[in-house]
Amino acid sequence: MKYSGFVGEMLERAKAELGDVIEARRGGEVYVGILMPHHDFSSESIITLKLPNGYNIGIRADEKSRIKVVSKREERERKKQVLPYDPAKKDIAVISTGGTIASYVDYRTGAVHPAISAEDLVFSVPELLDLANVRAKVLYSILSENMKVTHWQGLARAVAEELNSGAVGVIVPHGTDTMGFTSAALAFMLRNLTGPVICVGAQRSSDRPSSDAIMNLLAATRLCVESDLGEVVVLMHGESSDSYTLAHRGTKVRKMHSSRRDAFKSVNSEPIAKVEGPQIEFLSEHASRSKGPVELKDKIDGRASMLHFYPGFEADHFDLIANHVKGMVVAGTGLGHVSEEILGSVSRAVDKGVYVYVTTQCLYGAVNLNVYSTGRDMVTAGAVPLGDMLPETAYVKLMWAMGQTNDPEEVRKLMLTNIAGEFTTRRFV
Amino acid sequence: MDYRSLGLKVGIEIHQQLSTGKLFCDCQCDFSDDHHKEIVRRLRPTQSELGEIDRAALEESERKMHFRYQTVPYSCLVEADEEPPHDANRRAIEASLEMSALMGMKAVDEVHFMRKIVIDGSNTGGFQRTALVSTRGSILVGDKRIGISTLCLEEDAARKLTEHGSEVTYRLDRLGIPLIEIATDPDMATPEEAKYVAERIGALLRATKKVRRGIGTIREDLNISISGGARVEVKGAQELRLIPVYVEEEAKRQLALLDAKRILRERGAKPMSLDIKDISPLFRETRCKVLKGALEEKGRVLAVKLRKFAGTLGSTENGVKRLGPELAAHARVAGVKGLFHSDELPGYGVTMTEVEDTQSALGAEPEDAFVMVADSVDKAMAALSRVVDRANAAIGGVPEETRDPLPDGHSVYSRPLPGKDRMYPETDVKPILVNETVLESIKLNLPELPEEKVSRFVEEFGISKEQADSLVKSGYEDEFELLAGSFGNSQVVARIYLNTFPELEKIGLNPSSLNLDVVKDVLTNLKAGAFAKEAIPDILTSVLQNGYSVERATETLGVEKVDLDSVRAVCDRVVRAKEKFIRDRGQESLGPIMGLVMKELRGKVDGKVISEILRERIKLLLT
Repeated sequence: MKYSGFVGEMLERAKAELGDVIEARRGGEVYVGILMPHHDFSSESIITLKLPNGYNIGIRADEKSRIKVVSKREERERKKQVLPYDPAKKDIAVISTGGTIASYVDYRTGAVHPAISAEDLVFSVPELLDLANVRAKVLYSILSENMKVTHWQGLARAVAEELNSGAVGVIVPHGTDTMGFTSAALAFMLRNLTGPVICVGAQRSSDRPSSDAIMNLLAATRLCVESDLGEVVVLMHGESSDSYTLAHRGTKVRKMHSSRRDAFKSVNSEPIAKVEGPQIEFLSEHASRSKGPVELKDKIDGRASMLHFYPGFEADHFDLIANHVKGMVVAGTGLGHVSEEILGSVSRAVDKGVYVYVTTQCLYGAVNLNVYSTGRDMVTAGAVPLGDMLPETAYVKLMWAMGQTNDPEEVRKLMLTNIAGEFTTRRFV
Repeated sequence: MDYRSLGLKVGIEIHQQLSTGKLFCDCQCDFSDDHHKEIVRRLRPTQSELGEIDRAALEESERKMHFRYQTVPYSCLVEADEEPPHDANRRAIEASLEMSALMGMKAVDEVHFMRKIVIDGSNTGGFQRTALVSTRGSILVGDKRIGISTLCLEEDAARKLTEHGSEVTYRLDRLGIPLIEIATDPDMATPEEAKYVAERIGALLRATKKVRRGIGTIREDLNISISGGARVEVKGAQELRLIPVYVEEEAKRQLALLDAKRILRERGAKPMSLDIKDISPLFRETRCKVLKGALEEKGRVLAVKLRKFAGTLGSTENGVKRLGPELAAHARVAGVKGLFHSDELPGYGVTMTEVEDTQSALGAEPEDAFVMVADSVDKAMAALSRVVDRANAAIGGVPEETRDPLPDGHSVYSRPLPGKDRMYPETDVKPILVNETVLESIKLNLPELPEEKVSRFVEEFGISKEQADSLVKSGYEDEFELLAGSFGNSQVVARIYLNTFPELEKIGLNPSSLNLDVVKDVLTNLKAGAFAKEAIPDILTSVLQNGYSVERATETLGVEKVDLDSVRAVCDRVVRAKEKFIRDRGQESLGPIMGLVMKELRGKVDGKVISEILRERIKLLLT
């Protein structure tokens, strides 16, 4: 976003800063406009100006160019807004972690910034306040690809605190890329929920009139205030239209499209609920609110890895990773298979005490290591099949299980116990 | 009207679709008659950096619209706002650089796309992508130099099909077609000048051969003002011939509004606060169908008094409309069907007694006017609130606004002029460096200019300079060149476009909807002798009116080929019947006799053939 090289120096000499009105003269051409940040993909010799008609243009700067500051940038302050409180309404908590949904655009520069304050976030959807009192907090301002296991822990603690101090539900605005991991982590870390914990994202940023953020946030608020749900869910658009949203079980949900509004799908299970306008319809069995308090099991051991098996996977690579971790989740082919060569690696890893769990890269359907000899050999080598658990959920669960106990038998027992709806035994036709 | 003393100023924005493929995806640009899937969406105004919301944007969302987007089999996720835009179409960028060069404009060094907020649903994302490509050029029209301020490249909006209540249906086939937007300086001072400028820019655009052709592929926005008036944008005019009419009507409208302002000022009218009265009880027994219907639907009749407005709402003596239609258009934005105002009452079944009762209920003096609306309380309140706002604006004169053109040359209020600062960078699209080599090669390969084409047509096709000039202005020069080139007979081809088409337009048909193949069929059949050239207007009329093929139209019109023997027979018969007349008049009788024969054979045989045969027969008789 910064100017570098010759242009950068020229602007510095002229004491021109972003947001200043400058005059750029080159030969007979003169342009006056606001100096805009350098676009990442803009050519190095180009200065971006916002003209008085609102358009940005790129103009070339070279030795012949003369830059002059016409006027300095006007500092414009955003009004500080205070959240209202209505004793007749229930309290919900909004704990923001960042991502598209919790960002706003600086219309001056076009840059997308994370929301600075929770108030900013709430006031971008003032309708929320019609439904509930909102306790808002910005916990993180990160893109979801930068999430780490420690972030999940901090988030779980914050959620438990809110629920244990009277919030009827918690909304977690989150970047969509890894939202399914976070929802799974919360599902394992938080027990005995007194209300729904709803991870909400947006596939279109809220600077756009077509953003899906507003509808998703409103539906999440309704689910917090008007339902008996006591689970961790991901709530997003149910289809491309702005017609209804779906709440998916936190351990059974996956982002299945890179850009569509309805990217999130329940895999190997039905969504829990459908929210259409003010209507909430439950579509499958779900846990109801408990009397509390919420139990926090936030210990987690990050020394695990997830491997996607593919033809040509070299045993060396597997071994290298196995040497650095305590546990591995393998997303095998089909029913859960790996090659004969990797079979040896699995065996070596298990012998060294590394946990090896098997899921399927098909995502839909369960693993079954009884059908083919490869599968049977994998079980003999010490790999443990995880039914229809999603690879990502299995990876999160393994780290969580390793955080709960050091006893391999206990880890195995935890992994095979259905704790947060991560297993389904029947998959419907 | 003396436009110069009125201080008429007109600027034009021309939007021309390009034939280079869509701007940000790889979909076909064809329009589709039916649709595939539907997506229903809402758009919502977004806050600006300072928490401000755009005037126009707010108004659109007040209507609580939802939008039904119909996809066609070749729609993609980019068009559905479900995938980021692809890289900007190179050929479209080059076409806009070429057009810039034709108008002597200065191109920017790097093209940056912006998002312009538009929440009427016409763009699935709620914004239109647009980029400024070049600035500061000019064109010569007659001997007047007209400044061209900007040339932008933007994406076209989705095609609006219907609007029912709060639902607007759009089809995605048009969305994303590249548009060149050319904005002139406000240099035009008469309605005719506006037309000439539009013609000239249209001809230059067609000269690039990179533009789409046909109805709706070129649209004009007219920015019109007179001294003391305000800039009003008549948006989306499609017919060149109506441009001077829109300008003239808008000048008249602004004059009438200034006149109303004068009256209001003289009477000391002041901005009014909203004071709505429910006068439903006065109309319990009314014979007015509109009011009665609304009351039966559990609606109410609400009214407001407009202090000092009597006489400013109805039409002037010359039939120029004043504030009435303006107030009604604003009321309709709130969702009501219309309103009644005191200048048109008694009328529409509302009696004098009811008018007087209303006046006394509102405490109206003779100089006061009133407006009433019958609908559900919410809608009627919203409508009257808008009416009072618009009436207050009338005290100030002409408000700036956007208006929709109507087919009769008038226009109707559509929304306030959009605010300025609703544009921000489209960060999903890479900036495009304008390469010096590309620019050089464009400059070296500029297309044939319209005036060069005129000279060439005269030389190559033997038509007159006037004909060639008219062809280039009409926009049918490419069709003419193609057809005259392959069929010869350039006079016949020129006449189809220059005479027949305007005649068809005059009787309310739309000849521009005829595709090239139809005209080609006509010429093929003419060449084969299926009919005479005189039959062409009737055949095209039938094709347009009945949707027939050329063959079918020819058959049903009975203009099938008549062989020369029967022509001779008809001539002989007429000559025998008029023998005395011919002997009296000699060779001079040819004209009148020709008329008689043509009555029977018009359209079936070329007049030239008939006159030759007749001349020969008359000569034979006289010797």
